[in-house]
Amino acid sequence: MKKHLAALIAGLLFGLGLAISQMTNPAKVLNFLDIAGTWDPTLAFVMGGAVLVTLISFRFILKQDRPLFEGRFHLPTRSDIDARLIAGAVLFGIGWGLAGYCPGPGVAALAMGLWEPALFVVGLLVGMWAFRRLPA
Amino acid sequence: MTIVNFTPWTGLIGGLLIGASASLLLWLNGRIAGISGIVAGASVEPGEDKAWRWLFLAGLLGGAALAFWLVPGSRAFDTDLPWPVFPVAGLLVGFGTRLGSGCTSGHGVCGLGRLSPRSLASVVTFMAAGVLTVFVIRHGLGVV
Repeated sequence: MKKHLAALIAGLLFGLGLAISQMTNPAKVLNFLDIAGTWDPTLAFVMGGAVLVTLISFRFILKQDRPLFEGRFHLPTRSDIDARLIAGAVLFGIGWGLAGYCPGPGVAALAMGLWEPALFVVGLLVGMWAFRRLPA
Repeated sequence: MTIVNFTPWTGLIGGLLIGASASLLLWLNGRIAGISGIVAGASVEPGEDKAWRWLFLAGLLGGAALAFWLVPGSRAFDTDLPWPVFPVAGLLVGFGTRLGSGCTSGHGVCGLGRLSPRSLASVVTFMAAGVLTVFVIRHGLGVV
């Protein structure tokens, strides 16, 4: 129960942050990526602000033996940089540069009730489903 | 290069909120706030632990709705792209983030916060791919 409430509140803060910073507007993201044209540096401030917080807070949090509401931390264990990591990031980056949405803003923008974010999320789910169908 | 529509303050405030969200989820639940992983775990991936993921996503939508309602200008949506670009982009983002184990939140906000070399490699790569894609579309092909 407590961990479910925590997830809801964390999601709420995340959605507020994405919408206040207007990352839910594809033009702001595409203009950030358009360094040769009409550049909008806002995304660097969003990312910078978020990483500033996690750089500091994660140091303290990960010194604890366990999280408050769960038995253990669920952290990625791999540290090698392999071809799948890079190929995945390339495909993701191309999709991001096409429409101006990464998963968080795409899902949060569903709250606008427009067609484009809904179609993006449908594509997102189909892409994730297709990846699962591949042999490992 | 011309700088347009730059909104550093709302950007910074939004970023701090996102950082606070990721901190809260790790501190309380021991989970990484990676949206692509949470979406996949809530939907296409098998597993028992789906409830917290759905609640996180409900919060994500609720938080955005709250901001659109209360914060002037936050509900802006500008695009001149034809609609089929959105599902195609979603397909690439969905497949790519699973293959590459994360996106802007998991590798970016959380991975950089953990000083993970894998995440840094991912962030540099998807940023470069994004910049290159926009360059080709806006300047290389002269479409927009």
